[in-house]
Amino acid sequence: MSKTFLIARREFLTRVQKKTFLLTTILLPLLIFGFYALIIYFSVKTGDHIQIAIVDNAKLMTNINDKQNGDIHFNVVQNVTTSELDNLIQKKQITGYIVIPENYNIMGFDTLSLKSDKSIGILTRDKIQRKFSELLEEKRLMALNLNKKQIDSIQNANTLQFTSLQGEKDSNAKAGISYGVGYFSGFLIYIILFIYGTMVMRGVMEEKMNRIAEVIISSVKPFKLMMGKITGIGAVGLMQFIIWIVLVLILTMLLPLFFPQLAQQTNNLPMQPGAMQAAESVKNSGELQGIMSALSTINFPLLIGTFIFYFLGGYLLYASLFAAVGSAVNEDPQDAQSLLLPITMPIIFAMVIMTKAVNDPNSSIAVFGSLFPLTSPIVMMARIAHGIPNGVPLWQLLVSMALLIGGFLATTWLAAKIYRVGILMYGKKPTWKEMWKWAFLKN
Amino acid sequence: MNNALLQLQHLKKFYATQKAVDDISFEITNGSIFGLLGPNGAGKTTLLRMITGIIYPDEGTILFDGGPFNPMNDTAKIGYMPEERGLYKKMKIGEQALYLAQLKGLSRAEALTKIRFWFKKLEMESWWNKKVEDLSKGMSQKLQFVTTVLHEPKLIILDEPFSGLDPVNANLIKEEIFRLAQQGATVIFSTHRMEQVEEICDHIVLVNLGKKILDGNVGDIKQQFKENKFNISFSEQPSATINAAFNVVTQNKNNLVVTIQEGYSTNDVLQFFIDQKVHITQFNEILPSLNDIFIQLVEDSQGAASRKFQAIQ
Repeated sequence: MSKTFLIARREFLTRVQKKTFLLTTILLPLLIFGFYALIIYFSVKTGDHIQIAIVDNAKLMTNINDKQNGDIHFNVVQNVTTSELDNLIQKKQITGYIVIPENYNIMGFDTLSLKSDKSIGILTRDKIQRKFSELLEEKRLMALNLNKKQIDSIQNANTLQFTSLQGEKDSNAKAGISYGVGYFSGFLIYIILFIYGTMVMRGVMEEKMNRIAEVIISSVKPFKLMMGKITGIGAVGLMQFIIWIVLVLILTMLLPLFFPQLAQQTNNLPMQPGAMQAAESVKNSGELQGIMSALSTINFPLLIGTFIFYFLGGYLLYASLFAAVGSAVNEDPQDAQSLLLPITMPIIFAMVIMTKAVNDPNSSIAVFGSLFPLTSPIVMMARIAHGIPNGVPLWQLLVSMALLIGGFLATTWLAAKIYRVGILMYGKKPTWKEMWKWAFLKN
Repeated sequence: MNNALLQLQHLKKFYATQKAVDDISFEITNGSIFGLLGPNGAGKTTLLRMITGIIYPDEGTILFDGGPFNPMNDTAKIGYMPEERGLYKKMKIGEQALYLAQLKGLSRAEALTKIRFWFKKLEMESWWNKKVEDLSKGMSQKLQFVTTVLHEPKLIILDEPFSGLDPVNANLIKEEIFRLAQQGATVIFSTHRMEQVEEICDHIVLVNLGKKILDGNVGDIKQQFKENKFNISFSEQPSATINAAFNVVTQNKNNLVVTIQEGYSTNDVLQFFIDQKVHITQFNEILPSLNDIFIQLVEDSQGAASRKFQAIQ
């Protein structure tokens, strides 16, 4: 049995057999699931009803009560004094009221005010504002003596159909999904690099501080010890991810069982562009349908395949650097912080490029970021979500992969040399300059 | 050419700020117990690390078991117990021993048989499922010793093997060391405890400031450093102690320490007291302890170094 394998197996088993591994591996997806379930629950459920009384002294708001649905209700009242309304607010029967003065000109620019007892949250304010503007807008259009059909055609936002050169329909929803998927997978790799990178670093530090490194190194070459550690922890990460993906898939399949409304909403709601009050929910369900169809256009085998490649490549590239830092740290774990900086910088830099690349996968910074091996694992995920060749031409993907492999070999070579010296050095914290020197020491 | 298991020839290892090992050569006979001595920071650990293949010398060669030292293959023939003990704290003792033995190249089955043998011998059987963090310092010391000798190495290197052990366990380990040496293993023993060296080692090398300052058989060294002092005890106080044959160094009632003058022998001294008809109960030569030799040599070499340093300034 190869010694590297022996070491990797120990690293893997000691981590997998820990209780915390089971806890994080099983509990985390459940938490994420629970979190999303809550979000969906709250978005499906109609929230607190907000009752706004409109004191319509100008007699503008006729025939609107029957069209109310959603969270915000406008009740048009007449001949009610403000003190009575204040009273109602106190009794919590209404949230607030708007007084439209008798001489209010609907075509004018006068502002109206809404009175309430407590401060209304910014999102609710926005909803009330939008809804009230819609009301006014319709009334204004009616005041121009337009008929229902004309109003509908004015209000119909003619959406642009975005099409690529290849003739593929590229809906907004699809762009949104590509954005979301790209951002998510890029972010995931970012997290992975940090979680498993620091795991490698702490493992190396532990060995050095336990002073077992010297015992092991008298039977195994330092390079084998480092590679065993990196592959062992990489296997832990891979296994954890496979468990997560399986769990998440199972739970998403279970999701409609818990929320039957969700399935109903996506299938049953008919498109009624005319009915203003229903418009919002219709738009939502239309988007949901769009998302479903857009999701099916994403090339998941390609995405998952490249994800695994960049996950492993990125991990291997950075893990050896983390190991080198771990080997240089002495008794004080605080030392790790300052030594880590040059490693975390490119990761954070990659994250910044990634947020640009998801929006514009072919910008020059995105192309650079997805080719440069220190940033490519994160940035390429953002581009690949847009597909080949829309997001990234095939040749760029291949060059990026080749560069990543080359980069991994280079950092490992460099890190192994630093590691070999660092693991046996005790005493004061080395500077980066000294570590650089170690890398080029002969033997 | 000879019966040496290990030969070091002009080894040098320089670090940026100091010469850790500066041209050291010696050889270790097969089957002997060899003491590598030196004060803190003398270069012992660097020397041992080169012998175990952890680091490479800048210059010089190491011959091991009849050929040039090849760290890749020869580490399986070496067992090294460093001064700073190291074990995985969270790992079970049995698994730990198994893991370390497999890293030395033993198969799982081989390793298991040998671990059982040693655990039984050192009364550690009940420890198998305990974790290292639950062990006392002495217990983990025993475990470390077992993992060092488990793969039956030709060369066993022990750096301060008795620190932290109670006298019973220290004796147990000492006997094991003797037994292993009798079976043909060569032991390098590095320590500051001179009484242990006198008791255990056949041959010693003393290093200081990266240089070898003494190399030889323990008995020979003592002869070499003796100051010609003799201890004489009597049943009653002798009436006269002045004679041309010797000088009295100290006198304590019935006990005399004397040095013999040029041209006289021990018999002249004895004759003097026999003539006085005092009853002699004891007469022996005082040999310096290794401890005295160690302190004297280290101080001399350090003094020389600092004098040299001042001269340079």
